[in-house]
Parts: sequence; structure tokens; C-alpha cells
Amino acid sequence: MSKSFDVVIVGAGIVGAASAAECSRAGLKVLVLDRGPIGAGSTGAAMGHLVVMDDSEAQFALTSYSLQLWRRLAPELPDDVEYNPCGTLWIAADEEEMAAVFRKKEYYEGQGLRVEVLDAASLAAAEPNLRRGLAGGLRVVDDAVIYPPCAARFLLERAKENGAEVRTGIEVSSLDAHGGVGLADGTRISAAISVNAAGCGSPALTPGLPVRKRKGHLVVTDRYPGFIRHQIVELGYLKSAHSVSADSVAFNVQPRGAGQVLIGSSRQFDAEKSEIDQDMLRRMLRRALEFLPGLKHLSALRSWAGHRPATPDKLPLIGPSPESDKVWFATGHEGLGITTSLATGKLLADLIVGRPTEIPAAPYAPERLLKGDADHG
Amino acid sequence: MCAPMSKRRLDFDIVVAGAGPAGIAAACIAAENGRRTAVLDATPWVGGQIWRGQETKRSSRAAGRWLERLTASGARMIRCAADIAAPRAGVLLAETGEGPLELSWQKLILAVGARELFLPFPGWTLPNVTGPGGMQVLVKAGLPVAGKRVVVAGSGPLLIAASAELRKAGARVVVVAEQAGLSDLVRFAAALPRSAPKKIFQALQYQLRLLGVPYRTGCWVTAAQGGQKVEQVTIQSQKKTWTIPCDYLACAYGLVPNLELPRLLGCRLENGVVLVNLWQETSVGDVYCAGEPTGIGGEDRALIEGRIAGHAASGRTDKADCLFKARKRARKFSLAMDRAFALRDELKHLAQPDTIVCRCEDVTRRQLEPYDGWRSAKLHTRCGMGPCQGRVCGGAARVLFGWKHESVRPPLFPVTVGTLADADLLPENKSS
Amino acid sequence: MADLVTITVDSVSVSVPAGTVLAAAIVQAGVTRFRRSTKGEPRGPLCGMGICFECRVTVNGRPHCRSCQMLCEDGMDVRTDE
Repeated sequence: MSKSFDVVIVGAGIVGAASAAECSRAGLKVLVLDRGPIGAGSTGAAMGHLVVMDDSEAQFALTSYSLQLWRRLAPELPDDVEYNPCGTLWIAADEEEMAAVFRKKEYYEGQGLRVEVLDAASLAAAEPNLRRGLAGGLRVVDDAVIYPPCAARFLLERAKENGAEVRTGIEVSSLDAHGGVGLADGTRISAAISVNAAGCGSPALTPGLPVRKRKGHLVVTDRYPGFIRHQIVELGYLKSAHSVSADSVAFNVQPRGAGQVLIGSSRQFDAEKSEIDQDMLRRMLRRALEFLPGLKHLSALRSWAGHRPATPDKLPLIGPSPESDKVWFATGHEGLGITTSLATGKLLADLIVGRPTEIPAAPYAPERLLKGDADHG
Repeated sequence: MCAPMSKRRLDFDIVVAGAGPAGIAAACIAAENGRRTAVLDATPWVGGQIWRGQETKRSSRAAGRWLERLTASGARMIRCAADIAAPRAGVLLAETGEGPLELSWQKLILAVGARELFLPFPGWTLPNVTGPGGMQVLVKAGLPVAGKRVVVAGSGPLLIAASAELRKAGARVVVVAEQAGLSDLVRFAAALPRSAPKKIFQALQYQLRLLGVPYRTGCWVTAAQGGQKVEQVTIQSQKKTWTIPCDYLACAYGLVPNLELPRLLGCRLENGVVLVNLWQETSVGDVYCAGEPTGIGGEDRALIEGRIAGHAASGRTDKADCLFKARKRARKFSLAMDRAFALRDELKHLAQPDTIVCRCEDVTRRQLEPYDGWRSAKLHTRCGMGPCQGRVCGGAARVLFGWKHESVRPPLFPVTVGTLADADLLPENKSS
Repeated sequence: MADLVTITVDSVSVSVPAGTVLAAAIVQAGVTRFRRSTKGEPRGPLCGMGICFECRVTVNGRPHCRSCQMLCEDGMDVRTDE
């Protein structure tokens, strides 16, 4: 059986797209498959933030590396990706959180990132619509926001320029341990390597994969240019993202291209359906109103819910399966899929091709969560 | 009638969504049958589109009778309340000027009417280009058109009604351009049974002749031109093309039902309309539907179906079956209209590559061509993601590309973030 | 005699009969461009019934009000093209 492709990537979301772009740039013959349109899964529901996060050193390494890659790519991104280097403002509500701001500043500066501490007055000047009485914040200057589905499409176009093939509307039912994939229609496509980049769909392809759906809600308003200038996040967001079990909300807003305000965020496990959970939506919006009272009068056009693919240790799976070097993973990015897509693609390509990686890849190795088991054979 | 439990929540036996002819009829019947009834409308007016303005300037005897009957019935009229969500079984959430309002119901009657079908063509986004229905409503609302030259175009009996309204207001209707061919229309008129709807159509045509308005069949607008507003339009028939200077263009291609609320509630659709049984009940228990959303049919059909739904919802099906024959006739008339005014193929090709299809997000035809469905087109171009939520571009996309709309999500209309958050129900927010 | 209501549209005063819809009063004030599209093109009312959102103007400081769904009120301050 001739191996027609070097790599088959299952999932045309932003992670699959970035992986395709990097693998094809490395000279590999790539095929991308998705059961739906490009970027229609978590990518299509996502907030589109490009943000450095420091829940762990490994998370910081991955996000900051990926941000560098985004900045390098920025001049080439088409208009509809809406790359906006607005920066992130982490908000401290009180002195305790302000102490956390200073700790973050130390860490980020130590790692070479541009940050700025804002006191209450300069915070109010930077974002006049925030409520009075906040202690201050940390401005991470080089964070940005994008519109993810168009970014995914752009990355796939890049991949195609390097010879990759993209087929949508194709349902994959299995990953072959010997390379390639089995389709739902019974046919097989052979390849040297298959990559599970199916996000929330990844456990269906790899039974037992420790990726759970974590539901989130979002609301977008009509155009109010200048209502906010940065992506704004409360420090409590970290607690919300930290938690592995509780339902939680955290204030997180983002300016979109024409001035629409995107309002998040919420997290729930065991909420499989994509319908809006009115109570959760209300909780999320009430939290947002506590920080931006003026939001109350803005016109909200749409609300939606989506799912993030979450792993138990909040780090994605990037690398080969411990059971077969022909099955690879690029999934489990929780709320950092958009941010870390480029780094994921680069790491994956480096590992497949055997090049040295620019950051250590061990923290994201699938084997840390998928130890080979005698029962699996 | 019981006092409401709180400022923000009202309880009724029967809630009627929409105060056009169907909703008014349903509410009257339900209230007269002794049910605690509310009828709500998103606008400050009662009458929907067909009876717009009848509260103050009465010109239709039927409208006058029904409006008086509504007042006498005891049904509660709630104005400026736009349906936005159905958060729980038996509850409708509306947005009012004062914030969110919950309406609880035992039975719900959907009488949400229809909207015009706009098919894009070069220049259709210029100011002073409206729909004929839109023009009719705006003129009734006080739009100054005396002495203005208006081209009325598109398809359907609405063109005639709009022209008559324009003439009454002193406008100069330069031409009415109907895309349906003369032979189709003649066949339609000949095939009508002797019944009220036929008389209305004939009366309108006669009126038009009297007013001296040229009614041309088998032709359509291919472009509107102008700088800051429309200044002239180009019309084409199979044989020739000609250009007419004008101040306004009123152009749309018939009506399509408002299906957002029915779909949100999970009502089954068939052939693009809400499926109802003999009693106007939808596939969702205790939810009824009457008027345009079950099939475009104008005032007559709306009144008949509204009455049947009102009786059925109030448990008086015995009073409803005398209306079945009239409903059957009205439905036959609707079908005949659909056939007579069926849209010709040429209309699918009016939109050029750089013609805007989604007005909210300025998405052109060229930008939409690469996609194979509404979902991917929406995701990548943002077509349909603007404030109109696909109400204008969705109809066009269906005709141009065959794309079918996907599921609806609340809020059905834009609401304030405060409403979505129920902020008014929170304890006093000291941080503002 | 009909009651009159006076509003200002882009600082221009216009008096209309009570019960006039705001969109009609805006036209009476001589405005054809109610707002601009994302690409900056001039737009005005299309549907007249509140579903196209092309008639939006700023009323008493609040943006994105559909003028075809509002009645004129004495003293209303309306800004177009914002």
C-alpha cells in the first residue's frame, strides 16, 4: 500500500490549520480532513485572544513563544483576520490582587516581555469605562486579538501553497496505528502519520483520551468604537481557568474590528449541549457589569456557547502517542487554542521532522497523560 | 384580571405574539372566551403592517371593527415589547423600553407576520431605495412624498397596494414594474373562485387604472444609480431595457414569513412555513400559529386563522370548525398567488460580483461565492452576523445560492446587555 | 388641529404632527443619509418595519436606535451619520 501522504491531520480548526501550515512548510505532503467547514468547531466559537498566561512555566513558555510567532506573522495576515495588537489589561480589584499584579510584572519582565503597571488613575485613563474603585492593573503591551475562523482559513491557504490538500465534509472514524485514517464511509486514507487535531472531537477518535469539553458563553454587541481599547481581563480569570471542577465566570472583554464588544467568559464541565444556558449567561454578564457598568446600555446582538477541549493538567497534547509513532496529537488546548496554535504547529512539525524545538516539548508530551498500558496492546 | 406578580413578570392564560390582523383576531376571541389574554407587539402601534396607522387614520372598515373589538374584549395590549427569548417552557421573554419582561402562558399563539423579500441588485443599498411594503408603512407614518417620483417594482399584490397609498399621498408613481408575466397573472385572475379575496384584487387593479399608474408586467429593475441617493433606475424586460429618473425606488419580491420565534420554540417547518394542524396548533404542544407564518395569505387568511387559533387555544374548538371552509378558500387563494407571482430565474442573476448581499457587514456576492452553505459563509465573511441577524440577507442567500438558514439563538432582536443580564432584578448595583 | 411635536435632527429643528414616526421626521428635516455602512457608504431606511436596521440613528445620546420603530417626542435630539 503506497503511502500517499506524509501527514493526515484530522481537524481543520486553527490548531489543525497551523499544524498543516508548518508541516507543509517543512516539506511534508499534508492532507487535512474535517467533517465540517474550516474553523467551525471551538475555533468558530472562540474569543480570539492572543494572550500570554502564566498558570505554569510550561504554559507561559508555550503562550509567549506562540505570541512571538503571531507577531512575526502579523504583517502577512489579511484584513479579515482583524489582527489587533491592542494588548491585555489584567485588572486588580483590590490591594491583594495588586500584589499579584506586581508579582506578574516581575515574572513577565524577567522573561523579556513588555509590561506596564497601572495605578488606579492611569487605569481609569487607559479605560475610562471601567468602574471607579479598582486598584490598578497590568498592561501586557504585545498581546493581541484576532478573528479565528479567518486565521484558520489563512493558515490552510498557506499550507495549500506548499502542496497541502484540504477536504471538508469528510468524517473520520478512526486513526490507524499503522498510519493513516479510516473514514466513516468505510474507506481508508493511508499516510505515514495521522494527527488527531480534532479538539472536542479528539476523544471520539482516540478512546480514553483525557480531553473533556468545557463549555463557555459569549455575547457580542453592536458597534461602539472606543468603548474599550484593550482586551481586559480580571485577575480572577486565572482562578476560573484554574479550577478543574466548578462552574465559574470571569470578566473578560475584547474589542472587535469595527468596535463591537465581545463579552466573556464562563466555564462549565458536564454541559455537553451547545444551547445557551440562560443562568450561566446571566452570571457572566452580571460579572462583566461589575467592571464595566456602562455595558448595561449597549445593544447586544448575539449570544452563543461553545466548548473548549480541556486536559486534566491544563496543558495541551502535542506529540506522538506512546503506543504508536504513527499516531500524533495536537489537541486539548482549553482556552488557549487560538493563542498557542502557531507554537503547536511549529512544535509538531519540528518533532515529526526531527528538528530541535525552540522551547522544550516535554511538558506537552502526550505520554505524560497516556502512559502505555499493557491492556491496550 | 389578576394583578401582575411583579413589575417584571406578567401571567396570562393566553399570550399572542404579534398585533397584526391574525394576532388581533386571536386575542379578541381568546378574551371573549373568558381567557386572561395578552397580545404584544414590538412597535408602539397596533395593526402590524397591513393595518398600520388604522388606530389614528381609519380607512379600512375591517380594521376599525377589529380594533374596537380588541379594546372591548378585555385583552391586554402590550406595546413596544419585542420577543427575544423563550427561556423556559411556558415563558416568553420580551424586551421593553423599561427592560426585560417575562410573560408566562398556558397557550401561546404566534402571529408574527411576514417581511419583504429583498433580492440584491447594483445600487439597492442607496438611500431612498425601500421595499414597497416599507414604502407603504413609511408613507402612512408621515414620509413626505408629495410630488416625488417613485418607481414601484418587484413582485406581488403589495406593489399595487403600495402604489395606491403613494398616489393618495400625492406621489407620482412613474411605473409599477411587476416581474410576473402577463399570462401568469391573467391565468391567476381567471382561476379565482368567486370569493372575497378575488374582489379585493380586482378592486386594487381597478383603482390603479383609475389613478393612471402604468402597470407593466414581465419586467424588473436591474440597477439603481445615484450618488448619495437613488436618482434613476434601469428596468429590463425580455425585449428591452430602459432608464427612468426617480426620487424613490420601492422594490421587493413578495413576502416571506417571520420564522425566528417559531424556530426558537422548536416548531416544525415544512416548505418554509410553520406546520399546523386543523386547530392551528404547531408541532409544539400548546403553541399555535396563525397568519403569514403558516403561509403568505394577507388579511383574509390571517383573520380566519387567528380566530381558529383563538378558539382552539381557549378550548372552544366547537366554535372554530365553522371557519374551516373559509380557511380552505383562503389557502387556495394563497397557493394561486404563489403560482402567479413565482419568481423568474433572471432575478437570481441581478446581483453582480461586487453587489452587496449582506448590508449589515458589507459582504459582496463575490465574497460569498466560495462557500457551500450558510454556516461556513457566515463564519468566514460574517454575512448574517450583523444586527439584522440574516433577516435581509438570508432571504437573498436562499434565492441566490440555495442556502438554508440554520438554527436560531436568542436574543431574537438586539437587547441591551442589561436586559440579557437581568440587571434590573439584581440588588442595587452600588458600583455604577 | 393636530398637535405638533418639535425635535432636532443634526441641530436642525423640525416640527411634525404628533404620532409621526421618527424616520419620517428625519426625512422631513432633509436627511437622506441616516447612517454609514461598515465601508462608509450612505444608508437609509429599507424595510420600514424594524428588521433591516438601516434606519438607525442616535437618539438623546443613545446610538443604534431604529427610527422607523419610534414615535417623535417633543425635545428629542437626533443625530444621524454617527
